[in-house]
Amino acid sequence: MRSRKPLALFAAAAIVLAGCSSGGSDASTEGPVTLTWWHNRTTEPMKSKWQQIADDFHKTHPNTSFTIEPLQNEQFQTKVPLALQGNTPPDLFQQWGGGALADQLKSGKIADITQASSGWIGPLAKNADGWKVGGKQYGAPYLMHAVGFWYRKDVFASAGITSPPATLDDLNAAVAKLKTAGVTPIAIGGKDRWPDAFYWAYFAVRQCSVDTLKKAVEKTELTDPCFLKAGENLKSFLDTKPFQDGFVGTPAQQGAGSSAGLVANGKAAMELQGDWNPDVMQALTEDKELGSKIGWFPFPTVPGGQGDPSVMVGGGDGFSCTTRAAKACAEFLGHLVGDDVQKILAETNSGLPVTPAGVAALKSEPHKAIAETMGKASHVQLYFDTAFPTKVGQALNDAIANFFAGQGGPDTIVKSVSEAAAGNK
Amino acid sequence: MMSAAITTRPPTAPVPHAPAAGGTRRRSRVRTRLELALLLIPALLLFTGFVLVPIGVAAYYSLFSWNGFGPLTDFVGLDNYVDAFSGDVFQGAIGHNLIIATLSVVVQLPLSIGLALLLNRKLRGRTFLRMVVFAPYVLSEAVTAVIWLLMLQPGGFIDEILRAIGLGGLVQLWLADSSIVLYTLFVVITWKYIGFGVILLLAGLQGVPPELREAAALDGASAWQTTRHVVLPLLGPTIRIWVFLSVIGSLQLFDLVWIMTLGGPANASSTMATYLVDHGFKRYEFGFGSAVAVILFIICFVFALFYQRFALRRDTAGAMTGVR
Repeated sequence: MRSRKPLALFAAAAIVLAGCSSGGSDASTEGPVTLTWWHNRTTEPMKSKWQQIADDFHKTHPNTSFTIEPLQNEQFQTKVPLALQGNTPPDLFQQWGGGALADQLKSGKIADITQASSGWIGPLAKNADGWKVGGKQYGAPYLMHAVGFWYRKDVFASAGITSPPATLDDLNAAVAKLKTAGVTPIAIGGKDRWPDAFYWAYFAVRQCSVDTLKKAVEKTELTDPCFLKAGENLKSFLDTKPFQDGFVGTPAQQGAGSSAGLVANGKAAMELQGDWNPDVMQALTEDKELGSKIGWFPFPTVPGGQGDPSVMVGGGDGFSCTTRAAKACAEFLGHLVGDDVQKILAETNSGLPVTPAGVAALKSEPHKAIAETMGKASHVQLYFDTAFPTKVGQALNDAIANFFAGQGGPDTIVKSVSEAAAGNK
Repeated sequence: MMSAAITTRPPTAPVPHAPAAGGTRRRSRVRTRLELALLLIPALLLFTGFVLVPIGVAAYYSLFSWNGFGPLTDFVGLDNYVDAFSGDVFQGAIGHNLIIATLSVVVQLPLSIGLALLLNRKLRGRTFLRMVVFAPYVLSEAVTAVIWLLMLQPGGFIDEILRAIGLGGLVQLWLADSSIVLYTLFVVITWKYIGFGVILLLAGLQGVPPELREAAALDGASAWQTTRHVVLPLLGPTIRIWVFLSVIGSLQLFDLVWIMTLGGPANASSTMATYLVDHGFKRYEFGFGSAVAVILFIICFVFALFYQRFALRRDTAGAMTGVR
């Protein structure tokens, strides 16, 4: 009897609180607006670059100001769903596109910016596709990313490898030569699982035609036999034991013993990683000359299969707007893909600019090479874990990581997708 | 001693108030209620809002297939629970939790008691040694995990130490070998938490009256007999509390594992909590994640109730009725 009072009080308080927070304004706000911005650049130099870019935008658009909140990548996984479920989501936030974006649309809070972006989305061309769902634009990238091999020129030379491998046979030969020379041929951060997925993705895009890839993502299924064959090719590659000892326990980016650290310190010759790897490697070594010692080459061609050898695996960093201040937000996104900002971003080497003007401003040799390869690619396959709905993508990554650890086969990888899509845990 | 003091008080003490009982007692009862309400409401509100309501909400979510966006529409009953229990990975995770809990009690308890007894003696540098044993406990779990992750890499610090002292043959793929990784993690957990047990037991040892040891020594008891039959029984309450905290901690194990292995390789070191984050948060399966959270909660809760009922009852009963 006595407990009724506090409960009633609590209920009353809850109702009052709920009442307070439900008063949002609509999308047509024309007056001054403050955009809450969640981005993922928690470290310098990009952290201050974003602040600077926001300040500059405010100078030319006095009606728009910003509250900036940098968050770690991992935090987005938990904070974004919560925020979109609540009444005050951020006005623009980090968006990797693909299946996760499609999931988020169900909240009804992500703004359709198809109209608002029509004036500036043109130069992005295919780069903007990952942020489209059902033909509508729900965000835009500001930097693209692509995966390829980073290698040590000095280690290659001392092992007698004269040119970067162009075919799988070349790669296998290089692995053998490096082993003879007593160097770990390839480093991989197996503990973190996602680096494993790069290999499977590349064997898949080399084996499957672009049409098959697109259909697979659209229908969330890997039923085409080419995906099974990709797993078998991967198996033969793993059988050559190209990685460091205990690679399934190696982190990708933490410390000198990580996969990036092994390459940075000359203990391993190459690593299949994203364009961001030079910065990661530089932070893990004392070697100030590292930049001149590393080079880049695309994933080699694989004999057989219908895959277009020019296809790359990659993704991008973008932002989505929520409905409250969609107009101002979309205008800001347009600013980010404008020539001025793209040139600033090109100088940071933290990704590949999304427009031709930005790409032209790239200075680092490897990044120029990546952008050039990407320009020639008939298709850039969005990382499968991002392209698929989140639960399916993660199940696929887990199946691939288990495969690398010796559990399951090419068929379990393919099956993981259909099972996760069917709702099995 | 307390009970002695209470019972010696004359039983007639409250009687003088009795004649006036009608008015004063009612007033004082109202007053007590008011005081209780005033003092309890803040805590009760917090407890309700941050403990009871979330548990209820999680239990509700667990009945839906829900990815965290939009309304709860896809009611699936107990399917999430069935899915969790029928999956190899979750079964494995529960097993790993139980292994860690068992190892904690079997290995860490004797180790803690031994260290506590040692550090309770008068020896040179005792304060320093106590500090050394306790220091790892002060480190955050994340820092501990990253340090050990780096030290346990192949060719890392641990391997080099072993080779330097001629034990190179013992070198293993500490974190990469599925059959070893769980035990590697257990060693790190022990390194981290042994200090807590030692401090708790040292505090318990301060409560053992020196006269009892002296009396035992006068009666001709050896040091071992004194420890076994006088000191350890008196440490009972402390040991029982430590076991409780240790088992609950083992069941909820997360940070260390998540940072060092993410539950891998191939789920060889997953725990219920890493499974929850992996399959609930990372896969946007919040309904399923809630079901796992509820299972974890029930396991801990049931253990706590049984332990309270069968192991701790003597201690709490002792606190209420006084030392016999």
